Amino acid sequence: MPFSSPTEPRTRAALAVAGLPLAFFAAMLLLPLCLIGAISLAESDPALSPPFRPWWSGDGGIGLKSYALVLEEGIYARAWLDSLRIAATSASLAVLLGYPLALAIARAPEKLRLPLLALAVLPFWTSFLVRVYAWIGLLRHDGPINALLLALGLSEQPLPLLYGEFAIHLGIVYSYLPFAILPLAANLMALDSRLLDAAADLGARPMSAFLRVTLPLSAPGIAAAFLLVFVPALGEFVIPDLLGGPDNLMLGRLLWNEFFQARDWPLAAAITLMLLAMVVLPLLFLSRLLGRLAPGGRG
Amino acid sequence: MRGIRPFTATALILGLLFLYLPILWVVLLSFNESRLLTRFEGFSLRWYQALFSDPALLAALGRSLLIALAAGVIAVIIGTLAATALARFPRFRGRALLAFLSSAPLVLPEVMLGFGALILFVSLERLIGWPAGRGMMTIILAHTLLAAAYVTVIVQSRLAGRERVLEEAAMDLGADPLRAYLLVTLPSIAPALIAGFLIAFTLSLDDLVIASFTAGPGATTLPMAIYSKLKLGLSPEINALATLLVLTAALAVSIAAWSLARRR
Repeated sequence: MPFSSPTEPRTRAALAVAGLPLAFFAAMLLLPLCLIGAISLAESDPALSPPFRPWWSGDGGIGLKSYALVLEEGIYARAWLDSLRIAATSASLAVLLGYPLALAIARAPEKLRLPLLALAVLPFWTSFLVRVYAWIGLLRHDGPINALLLALGLSEQPLPLLYGEFAIHLGIVYSYLPFAILPLAANLMALDSRLLDAAADLGARPMSAFLRVTLPLSAPGIAAAFLLVFVPALGEFVIPDLLGGPDNLMLGRLLWNEFFQARDWPLAAAITLMLLAMVVLPLLFLSRLLGRLAPGGRG
Repeated sequence: MRGIRPFTATALILGLLFLYLPILWVVLLSFNESRLLTRFEGFSLRWYQALFSDPALLAALGRSLLIALAAGVIAVIIGTLAATALARFPRFRGRALLAFLSSAPLVLPEVMLGFGALILFVSLERLIGWPAGRGMMTIILAHTLLAAAYVTVIVQSRLAGRERVLEEAAMDLGADPLRAYLLVTLPSIAPALIAGFLIAFTLSLDDLVIASFTAGPGATTLPMAIYSKLKLGLSPEINALATLLVLTAALAVSIAAWSLARRR
């Protein structure tokens, strides 16, 4: 067993293999983090290029002005709360919608399970931009959904479905639904069906067996599904930009606007760090959950 | 033991309809004879013709394909190294850091990855003069970050699921660990490398956010071109373009899935 004892040459071999990826990931993730931290404390100056005063070379002051702005200024504070709220509701909706689908996949005949799971996840891999864009056409004033509502007599006139929070929620749920289905299905497929048989033998009806056996045991899957939608949704740009109205600013869109339109890099940097602070805890929790859900882990 | 029950069937049909109908709607309208985006009025390929006679779009497509190809190749190299280190060396300094850093891009919002990469490139340029300006090179590097994270996950799970019998047999026959890895292990995980490449390629081809942050003025990619067209209003050409993008991605990912599912 040459791989079993970690000796000196093994460590060197490990670093030879890990060196390049470690350097690459650290350079692309940790270095920017430090730079963003430094820039977030700088003064913005649109006349310069890049548009801020580098305090580390003695130019301009250093301060928490950008952070204060994000926390105190009305539109930023609202973007902040709106992001949290919209990400949380959409993630909950994605779990609610994904759960029956994941359960159906887990309870399908064994030969069909993986093909069905692949079918449910495939849309995630077709163009993200196109899938968001599709809803612009569908939700339009004169689009097929409004036409259907009118034809069924459910509405007297076309509803303003597009460019608002309804469309943003729908866009997030639709785009990230496969993210919710995957951990749920993995969790539910790993559940021992003998537990359900036992519950049935003891006289439990299917509904009560579901509520008292399946649902509690799938809690880790539910939590992972929620977080896998919640975290990327918090910083989502494309969905609020294409489906939301002009005042539906979420943090990702705010960062984009500060960077591309206002050219306020220190403010964009402060937003990035605050976004990071919001996702770090969920991320750590998520990696523990996924470790438990992974094949071979305890699920 | 159990057959398909009504609940299962209903949930599956409704769920899959929800997932697929919007995409099919775009595909259907791309073949629409009329300029209308609300009704189908007959089959036509005119929007595809319009697409292929638009030099700016074609240039953006060429650029996107090149970027995706390069990012895919680099991501496979970096991701496979990372996966090998994580799956084959249970303990070394920096292992936990590598595990964390290589999985973070999977869930971090893309605006953060894009903004971070841009800040890095701008600072490096000031400090050491490289990269000079922004363009395809910087997009490739930033896409590699996201893509390598996916390759790492795919290759790592493939390596973890492999028995080492053959590798050990090769070493018993006198091959050193490196040769055993290159000649025995690597060929046996080739499907994961192909799948990883295709997924990396797809991610890069489709990315709008990271590319927008790290592109220079001249380096418009296909999603950036689509996005700026979208801002001007919907048009049937975009539907045709969207259809091509969806088909390319679906094809690449289906091959990837097939390659992974074969002889597991």
